[in-house]
Amino acid sequence: MTFHTAIFYAFAAILIFAALRVVTTRNPVHAALWLVLCFFTAAGVWLLLHAEFLAIALVLVYVGAVMVLFLFVVMMLDVNFDSLRKNFRSYIPVAATVGVLVLLEMALVVVGSRVGGGGAPPVPEGSNTKALGRLIYVDYVYPFEIAAVLLLVAIIAAIALTHRKRRESKYQDPGLQVKVRRQDRVRLLDLPTEKRD
Amino acid sequence: MDFLAPVQQWLGPVWVVVWTLAKIVAIAIPLILTVAYLTLAERKIIGYMQVRIGPNRVGPFGLLQPFADVAKLLFKEIVVPSGANRYLFFVAPLLAIGPALAAWAVIPFTDTLVLADINAGLLYVLALSSIGVYGIILAGWASNSKYAFLGALRSAAQIVSYEIAMGFALVGVLMAANTLNLSDIVRGQEGGAAYWYVWPLLPLFIVYFVSGLAETNRHPFDMAEGESEIVAGFHVEYSGVAFAVFFLAEYMNMILIAALTALMFLGGWLAPWPRLNEVTVLGMAPFGDGFLWLAAKMSFVLLCFLWVRATFPRYRYDQVMRLGWKVFIPVTLVWIVFLGAMMQTRYADLFH
Repeated sequence: MTFHTAIFYAFAAILIFAALRVVTTRNPVHAALWLVLCFFTAAGVWLLLHAEFLAIALVLVYVGAVMVLFLFVVMMLDVNFDSLRKNFRSYIPVAATVGVLVLLEMALVVVGSRVGGGGAPPVPEGSNTKALGRLIYVDYVYPFEIAAVLLLVAIIAAIALTHRKRRESKYQDPGLQVKVRRQDRVRLLDLPTEKRD
Repeated sequence: MDFLAPVQQWLGPVWVVVWTLAKIVAIAIPLILTVAYLTLAERKIIGYMQVRIGPNRVGPFGLLQPFADVAKLLFKEIVVPSGANRYLFFVAPLLAIGPALAAWAVIPFTDTLVLADINAGLLYVLALSSIGVYGIILAGWASNSKYAFLGALRSAAQIVSYEIAMGFALVGVLMAANTLNLSDIVRGQEGGAAYWYVWPLLPLFIVYFVSGLAETNRHPFDMAEGESEIVAGFHVEYSGVAFAVFFLAEYMNMILIAALTALMFLGGWLAPWPRLNEVTVLGMAPFGDGFLWLAAKMSFVLLCFLWVRATFPRYRYDQVMRLGWKVFIPVTLVWIVFLGAMMQTRYADLFH
């Protein structure tokens, strides 16, 4: 066993343990943090495959942004997780089906690449980022643009669905605030000084 | 390093680990000392700006003040609030300082002096600085205090928002430099002050600097602390060493932002006028490898951090969000498109 494989198994063990803790831990904030650890170790495994760009993007997007918002929601909402957890065991059939399906798919990929003679994909020479950029922005530029437009449409739709003006909350219009002049606000009064008797 | 050869032979494969650890210590200790004196510089400079003297009792000119502060914090009791999540309460400061230290691994100090010269260096720094927010959120949540929690929520929203503007500002640097490697970004600015990226990317430079203030929770964007509104924000329940660690992380992040600004926009270790590097004083070249240039540029950016703090009042929270989302992000987007368009014209040289 080389040093490389040893690191891989260490990462894999941490990843699996953290993934288990995500579903078994009682505290939702702890669960979210275990998920952060999952993403982080997965990024480590990707680094071992020389996929440095993807690994760092995983940390940047999922750990740095998505999970922060997740934690935000979990901390803010007063969800009664114990009542959600009551039927924990009744999910076993569904979970088992999904798990077996995922396992089958992964087996197909692994066996398929062995049988088909594909093997591990070659490690790209030089900068990973450049290779990926060339693929996305040169070779597959139109599919990529279509995907981007789809995402944009989805964003606009999501905002349009949820955006509504709430009457009970106060709004401040920065434009109006900037336009305020002294004359509108300040009134100088000419009060005569009173004499003490 | 010839004299180390026998040690290297004796240690065998462990040598790599030992040598790397030695290099990490060689970066971390000066960094911590810099933090110590940055706090003193902050108090002194702001003192003079406000026509005061600042700390001047401990040591000559108050030069030993940081050590007195450290000693005080070390001997203070750490109070754990009742109902706090004990484990996360102590993990939070570590999560704040870990990324702040780790990001220094890819910072090149001179042409050759860098711990890890990796290809995706810039992305690595961006990713690590986005992890630092966990320390703040968890500190706020684990303290079981309303003020701390409010501070944490403010800070999380603010950091996530400004990260976008910051990322877009970096996209401009990438377009100009054609690489993510920090050393190569500096090498792309060779030729003197006129070739630094600050000129073609001036709006992005300003956006980056201000976002840097917001990312590190510095004035006038220190919503996470906001003494007048939420006491001290996320670290209101921390005392002693645990507080010191948060403090250390904040100042390390400040120095990191200063270093990145110097590397990406101000030519890093390069001299403003290349001939200056050949100047010799008493047979020595003081600017020889350029580390002093980098230090000078970082000091200037840090001075701006302090200057801003002494000058501007704190932003209102909705104004902070407005500035991030409605001003900075559009400015960076427009400038990126402008940059891309100019690169296709005959003025492309000006934009590298």
